[in-house]
Amino acid sequence: MAGMNGNGREHQHTITALVQNHPGVLARVAGLFARRGFNIESLAVSVTENPEVSRMTIVARGDDRVIEQITKQLNKLIEVIRVVDYIEHAAVERELALIKVNAEPKDRSEILQLAEVFRGRVIDVGEKTFLIELTGGPDKIDAFARLMAPYGIREMARTGVIAMARGTKTA
Amino acid sequence: MAKMSGAQILLECLRQEGVEFIFGYPGGAVLPIYDALYDYQDIKHILVRHEQGAAHMADGYARATGKVGVCLATSGPGATNLITGIATAQMDSIPIIALTGQVRTTYIGKDAFQETDAIGISMPITKHNFLLRRTEDIPRVIAEAFYIARSGRPGPVLVDIPLDVSLGKIEWDPSQYNRNVDIPSYRPTYKGHEMQIRKAAQAIKEAKRPVLYVGGGAVQSGAQAEVTELSERTNILVTTTLMGKGAIDENHPNCLGMLGMHGTAYANHAVHNCDLLIAVGARFDDRVTGKLDQFAKYAKVIHIDIDPAEIGKVVHCDIPIVGDVKTVLRELLKYVEPRPATEWNRQIMEWKKRFPLIYPKDGQMHAEYVIDEIWRVTEGNAIVTTGVGQHQMWAAQYYKVKRPRQFITSGGLGTMGFGMPAAIGVQLAFPNEKVVCIDGDGSFQMTVQELMTAVVYELPIVVAIINNRSLGMVRQWQELFWSERYSEVDLQASPDFVKLAEAYGAIGMRVTKAEDVEPALREALSQKHKPVIIDFVVPTEENVYPMIPSGQSIEQMMLRKDLEQLRATVDTDGEEWSFADQDAILKQFVEQPSRQ
Ligand SMILES: Cc1ncc(C[n+]2csc(CCOP(=O)(O)OP(=O)(O)O)c2C)c(N)n1
Ligand SMILES: [Mg+2]
Repeated sequence: MAGMNGNGREHQHTITALVQNHPGVLARVAGLFARRGFNIESLAVSVTENPEVSRMTIVARGDDRVIEQITKQLNKLIEVIRVVDYIEHAAVERELALIKVNAEPKDRSEILQLAEVFRGRVIDVGEKTFLIELTGGPDKIDAFARLMAPYGIREMARTGVIAMARGTKTA
Repeated sequence: MAKMSGAQILLECLRQEGVEFIFGYPGGAVLPIYDALYDYQDIKHILVRHEQGAAHMADGYARATGKVGVCLATSGPGATNLITGIATAQMDSIPIIALTGQVRTTYIGKDAFQETDAIGISMPITKHNFLLRRTEDIPRVIAEAFYIARSGRPGPVLVDIPLDVSLGKIEWDPSQYNRNVDIPSYRPTYKGHEMQIRKAAQAIKEAKRPVLYVGGGAVQSGAQAEVTELSERTNILVTTTLMGKGAIDENHPNCLGMLGMHGTAYANHAVHNCDLLIAVGARFDDRVTGKLDQFAKYAKVIHIDIDPAEIGKVVHCDIPIVGDVKTVLRELLKYVEPRPATEWNRQIMEWKKRFPLIYPKDGQMHAEYVIDEIWRVTEGNAIVTTGVGQHQMWAAQYYKVKRPRQFITSGGLGTMGFGMPAAIGVQLAFPNEKVVCIDGDGSFQMTVQELMTAVVYELPIVVAIINNRSLGMVRQWQELFWSERYSEVDLQASPDFVKLAEAYGAIGMRVTKAEDVEPALREALSQKHKPVIIDFVVPTEENVYPMIPSGQSIEQMMLRKDLEQLRATVDTDGEEWSFADQDAILKQFVEQPSRQ
């Protein structure tokens, strides 16, 4: 009989958990991931349209068995209301990034052009820097960050992915 | 409506939950609760000697009765002392409520005197926990805590109660207490999926070599009748886990005893060769499976469990059925057709004959002999608790129980020191039953202080110390796998257990000869108001067999050395094994079941 220790092919999954908005619920989820050795790539938490419910979006890597265990173990937490694993394309995924990039006078127009292509906005202009705000899927943000790297990224903050199903379907 | 303090409300809620006993120990943060207990008649408080004992007592009480056990400790060190006991309950899915005092809500997070983060510490070892913030939340939280502890897959729940919450006074009437809890985010599944159940019935019909592998879930859901009926109707033989002992009467001819590391050889052979493994409320623990890719490698798996997360956690499952074991088995029995005993049954019986559970019949007082005698003298009716180690495994092998909740042991966590406090919880729940703790000399010393508790409450528990003057199980591993380098396993330096018993006001006895075992047991078991400690001085250098070394498979199974040697003398090279030869050998051993 085959063991279940994740020896299949790994995928990245975006999992949304609706949880009761209680103090400590984040610690429960984070503790669960740490304790069971699940790897989280990102975790975003905030309240929803219902102030008693929070939404956690977790991006995790693992093969099918690991992901199945993650969703089951999440569901087992008393305060977790529902868990959805967004399989590819069923959901829109977005992330917000703030990137502070070196912007010497000679580079400024180039950076601005690139930001425009990515529909980024410059929200602060310093003596030597731009602070650029960008939303999009993680790939888009990765790509933009790669393009900014040659100028020198001083600081970057990303919110982590949030996701929602298309159409009338809800989590 | 009268004004009541939080502490009074708490006790009232506990009473309405049917709580008979609180096992606890006082301290600053729980003073209001102890003050309320002072003249509260409906719940009996049992004053322990260490909070770990309180948790194990609540646990033993819960295991024996199926009800929720309750323990109570103060903040800080009181709460941390409970932790081992809570973790023990968590690993075996036992419903207990741990009530801990906490510093005032306004002091929380300020490193106040005796503040520890009981919620944070207990999070990984509880099913759920609550920090009470307001006195008015007590009834709802207590109702939810009991509901969560006992429903679905049971487990421990901790409720942390700050001092100001138990002190606070509000208008409240006991009639307002509402036990009908509904937590929308927590709705366990009890009824199995009908299609899956039909599929399981079909798989049973088609199987050539099926085996039932039954765990603690069957005990918890009270499914003995269903397990037995399924086995009888289909002639599928049953092996149980340590936690599953009693899920079928172990005297039943269909019972193969325990499987796994120290399971019977025939149970392990059956599981190894089966083509259908019907897992019933069992979780494929590594002490059961050994090497995973070898475990039941030819088998299709049906897995019945109330916890969906158990399905597919360790092994692949072909037919998962999520639901309460008893409910699912009842449904399954509607579809399962009678099946005759087959060649497969005959094969397993041959293994049973060929690899019996035996110990030498040489007049020496072996541990197995002592346990066999306890079984005989109590007619298999005692409720048995154990410590952890060799004695625990021998008890599991040789004390055959008739019913669920009769064998009480720390399986998942393997907590030395569990046995005696658990026995106290059991004896309080069942004053008229014989309660025997089969303990190790090491395990006994881990919670020995609770002997005082047993004396004070006049509990006639019998503690049979299988005294090998050693941390025997560790010694066994060092002998077999660590080149006989016996590092720190010698317990020659131990107190005189007879004098120790007497110092506590209990009865102490020492037995060194086989013929004295029975009379000592009879005398001990005749006590009505005093605990008895019997120091059974057994040989040190003995091992528990069979043994499948950790992480290995049945091919590496070790049998008793003396049996193997004897076999070698009879078993001539290349010739077939004959049962006549075997019978000659077995004359020198006692076979379990010894005297039916
Ligand atoms: C609290 C705790 N500490 C350590 C262990 C590791 N351990 C497992 S069995 C064992 C020896 C137990 O000795 P004893 O109670 O005398 O039982 P025996 O094996 O000799 O029958 C030890 C130390 C444990 N299970 N629990
Ligand atoms: Mg010992």
